Amino acid sequence: MKGSLSGLNKLFENRVRLGIMSVLIVNDSYDFKNLKETLGVTDGNLASHLKALEENNLIKVNKQFIGRKPNTSYSITETGMKLFRYHIKALEDIIKL
Amino acid sequence: MDKKSDYSDDIRTIKKIMEESSRFLSLSGLSGIFAGLLAVLGGAIAHFYILNNKTVSINEPLINLSAQEESAMKVQLIGVALIVLILALAGSFYFSYRTARLKDQRIWTPVSKRLLLNMLIPLIAGAFFIIVLYTENQWQLIVPAMLIFYGLALVSAGKFTYSEVFYLGLAELLTGFAAAIFQSSAVFFWVLGFGILNGAYGLIMYRKYQ
Repeated sequence: MKGSLSGLNKLFENRVRLGIMSVLIVNDSYDFKNLKETLGVTDGNLASHLKALEENNLIKVNKQFIGRKPNTSYSITETGMKLFRYHIKALEDIIKL
Repeated sequence: MDKKSDYSDDIRTIKKIMEESSRFLSLSGLSGIFAGLLAVLGGAIAHFYILNNKTVSINEPLINLSAQEESAMKVQLIGVALIVLILALAGSFYFSYRTARLKDQRIWTPVSKRLLLNMLIPLIAGAFFIIVLYTENQWQLIVPAMLIFYGLALVSAGKFTYSEVFYLGLAELLTGFAAAIFQSSAVFFWVLGFGILNGAYGLIMYRKYQ
């Protein structure tokens, strides 16, 4: 096996994080509620993975008010986009072997 | 080996989520078939009953009519077109709702909202323009305008759903231009654009995805 696993990013091993990144790479921004429904996960689970991604500067949080309701939406950072593309490429390379 | 199949699973998940969150895939081919049948029926009513089978033309039969008969005929034609439009829209919402339920997908998502918005902008612009054509007595341009604005709506909706919608939009645009050139065949182009093209698109989509 010549495939080195170095291209894979540990941060994206988790399915929920993989899902979050997949949504954000094709959407300018996405709010918490819709992320939750798209991925079918619980509030707590989603929040903890979002936090991990945010702390690693892969996504950014935009808080705003829609009317009186607070609305939290997320978008991908340039770093996040680069690393996630790299991760997809690495996955594809491994499968091809 | 296990690892490797995990990775292909990952790729599949990524692609699925990317597609589902950027394109609305609960449109049903049945909407197109239903709209197509309605339009053919509406065209037949216009041709055989309202225009009285004289000719597939809008301008000619109007010449021999009194002003009163002419405006009654216009109201009838517009009535038929509106009924077809409303039923076709209702049908497409119903069939999309049904498809979404069968596929266990949500219907009111960020991408379906974007799809609706991008479709409604050209449609509403078209509706205003057609009202102006009507009040300014530019009667002969109404059918071409309907087809052109419907085509533009589909072209702009195509980015948020199956790409076939984009090509249906282009075909509607071409039909609209043809209708603008051959104005005396308005009913023919109306049936071609809203009936035959929608129906053919619906059949293709139904066989491909359902």
